[in-house]
Amino acid sequence: MTRSVPATWNKQFIAAGDQVVFMGTFFRNIFRRGFEWNELLRQCYIIGYKSLSLVGITGFILGFVLTLQSAPTMKAFGAESFVPSMVAISIIREIGPVIIALICAGKIASSIGAELGSMKVSEQIDAMEVSGANPIQYLVVTRVLACIVMIPILTLMADALALAGGFTASNISNKISAVLYFNKSFAALSFVDLIPAVGKTIFFGFAIGFVGCYKGYNSDRGTESVGVAANSAVVSASLWIILLDAIAVQLTSVFAYS
Amino acid sequence: MDTNNKYEQVADQKTGNAKEAVVSISHLKKSFGTKEVLTDVSMELNRGENLVVLGKSGSGKSVSIKCMVGLLTQDEGSLKIFGDEVSELKEDALKAMRIKIGFLFQSGALYDSMTVKENLEFPLTRVLKLSDKDDIQHRIEEMLEGVGLLDAIDKMPSDLSGGMRKRIGLARTLILKPEIMLYDEPTTGLDPITSREISELILQMQQKYHTSSIIITHDMACAKITADRILVLSKGAFIAEGSYEDLENGPDELVQSFFK
Repeated sequence: MTRSVPATWNKQFIAAGDQVVFMGTFFRNIFRRGFEWNELLRQCYIIGYKSLSLVGITGFILGFVLTLQSAPTMKAFGAESFVPSMVAISIIREIGPVIIALICAGKIASSIGAELGSMKVSEQIDAMEVSGANPIQYLVVTRVLACIVMIPILTLMADALALAGGFTASNISNKISAVLYFNKSFAALSFVDLIPAVGKTIFFGFAIGFVGCYKGYNSDRGTESVGVAANSAVVSASLWIILLDAIAVQLTSVFAYS
Repeated sequence: MDTNNKYEQVADQKTGNAKEAVVSISHLKKSFGTKEVLTDVSMELNRGENLVVLGKSGSGKSVSIKCMVGLLTQDEGSLKIFGDEVSELKEDALKAMRIKIGFLFQSGALYDSMTVKENLEFPLTRVLKLSDKDDIQHRIEEMLEGVGLLDAIDKMPSDLSGGMRKRIGLARTLILKPEIMLYDEPTTGLDPITSREISELILQMQQKYHTSSIIITHDMACAKITADRILVLSKGAFIAEGSYEDLENGPDELVQSFFK
């Protein structure tokens, strides 16, 4: 027992060191000649456009459910008129970015992990490497940058649809005009709410893309490892999102709201 | 630096002819954890030669050729290609060396999200940095014609049979005009007729492009067609060397078992 503890720690340190080296390789390859612009655009299409429906529906339902759940309580306190602003602040500051990032971790990180994992198993990555091409530049840099670009855009779209969902839910019980609802929503918001919230989604995007690529690129041989890579990509990316969110909230409360 | 000047000159003691050793391996060792895969591998590949490496599954055949292209690093020993120690090459030098070496993977390793044309285009645009579309198209068509699959140019890898994948994989490798070809079990998983076709294609391509080749296999029909010289690998070391006929009629029981 006493001998297994250091061995476990040793494994964890090696894994952490591997990730740091992989991250260094990623940053070094961003600035190399022969940037894969076409592949970056293709990945933006796959990661962004093909996630629109999932993210859009999730965003709309988020706002809709949050309004339905909170309205009766707010009504009990005679604060029903604060529902639009409460929903807007909750969605824009916290729920929108985190939930959308977690949804994207499930969809995108697993997909990248499985794709690169199966390329590793079928020796496609080795084939690229031995031909003298640069698989990091083609496979990793493009996917991570596409996530960094597309996750904030998807989050903003989901935020907008969540507000629309909130408006729809408000109209079920009480008739409220769209102008009044959105005026109340935006009156409660400022750039101090929006900018840190969008800023942290850039880091969420990096975490999703990087973890997916790392797990897939470094998967073991054998078909089972493809599933393991996809699964561990989702788990690790989700943990990173929650950890980064905690740090972002703390930093925001110190620097933005103080 | 001109690598031609760096070829190691090896005197053939029998004939007195000087041979250029393009690959030179000396006392190579490689382990994975506690498992020793290569215990003491020494060999040379001469220019223009087809060298077949025979061995049972798990004997370390694939590990040895993966060390040659820097996919794996040896634990001990020397591995020189064109006179350069592979493990000591910097990233750019390793990349330059890899362009001179073609590697045909067991599965063909075609990029499955790309068409056949895009598969062949990939090394031309990324490695040779070609941009003239007519030139690229001409090279791709010429290469596909060489392997007899010009009509598969727009197909996806999933639409191809095992033999076709190997042919396309060979075309993609040869499109960079490598000086050395490494074949990792090129006929495994194929029916006897397709295996023979692939073996004959390897020979044709070697004659057409004047490559030096190492063919890893346990298919004796392939070895008979392609081999100038055969090395037999067992338990991480070479135990026999000679022509197909020499080994077929030799005394070693383990070697004989490959011919039965």
